[in-house]
Amino acid sequence: MAKISTLTFKKGVSDGIPIALGYLSVSFAFGVTATSKMINPLISLLISMTNLTSAGQLAGVEVIASATATTFLSALFQIILTQLVINARYFLMSLTLSQKLEDKFTVADRLLCAFGITDEIFGVAVSKTQPISKKYMLGLILLPFIGWSVGTISGALLGSILPTFISDALSIALYAMFIAIVIPAGMNDKKIIPVVLISVALSCAFFFIPFLKVVPVGITYIICALVASVVGAIFFPIKDNEEE
Amino acid sequence: MDKYIIAIILTFVMAIVTYIIRMIPFVFFRKKIKSNFIKSLLYYIPYAVLSAMTFPAIFYSTGSSAESIIMASVGTVIALIASITKRSLVVVAILAIVAVLATYGIMLLV
Repeated sequence: MAKISTLTFKKGVSDGIPIALGYLSVSFAFGVTATSKMINPLISLLISMTNLTSAGQLAGVEVIASATATTFLSALFQIILTQLVINARYFLMSLTLSQKLEDKFTVADRLLCAFGITDEIFGVAVSKTQPISKKYMLGLILLPFIGWSVGTISGALLGSILPTFISDALSIALYAMFIAIVIPAGMNDKKIIPVVLISVALSCAFFFIPFLKVVPVGITYIICALVASVVGAIFFPIKDNEEE
Repeated sequence: MDKYIIAIILTFVMAIVTYIIRMIPFVFFRKKIKSNFIKSLLYYIPYAVLSAMTFPAIFYSTGSSAESIIMASVGTVIALIASITKRSLVVVAILAIVAVLATYGIMLLV
């Protein structure tokens, strides 16, 4: 079996191409959005190169954009909580993936490869039937990482040069991508739908109800997601082997 | 504190938190989570987070004027339709952008 398709570095790189292309456009939109929130393009690049995560970064720049010396502590608190909640899914993905690694995968390899676990990289890696090698994992992460970084700096720089209506239009891309993640999942598993509707209803309440508007946006995501997910976990618990 | 210093500190804090979430189970856990409640919670959280981030923010993503909200609403509807017909992430994103630009063009003409 190993002879038919060994998981080499080259195989990883080639599996990473479609992910990288997708990341190029999504991170371009992230760069545009960050610049429109007055984030310095080099900071945007730094965010992308150190974080490699779409939803977390988008929530992060909202906090960073509004942070000042006097609100620094609250911004720090917000950013830690926001990332913990938004990126909690990586915990489950890492856990799942850790059980598919080949025996030669050392602790140092794990420390290195853990950085590159994203929704899409996890999705490709977890679908492999063979044990995952370090070389394959590094190959798989390489191009998406480059695509994510190049897209971000391009978007961040061009975002200020492009006519406003074009950069405004590009700002919808990340949200559209989120819809493209949630809708098919909800069609696949109907239990997701009530959870999503509760989360959206709460999010709209925080946005439109005057006395709730004062709650910082990073905190509202946490409240919406936790309340909706707890309701989901209580009333529609998943069955075993369903976490995929 | 200089605003760049603040941004850099927050960026690294964000990166460290994100890395730790990915790293801990990858390096330390070998057993499966047993609690069905925790498993269910982790299963729902990504969708709940993404939905809360998307709505209602998507309607204001292209700006807060009435015209912008109309453009973004058209883009949203197109993104929903494209997602229901199971287009890929990139295709949905591009169709939403094109829909916003097309609406902008139409509103310039009328």
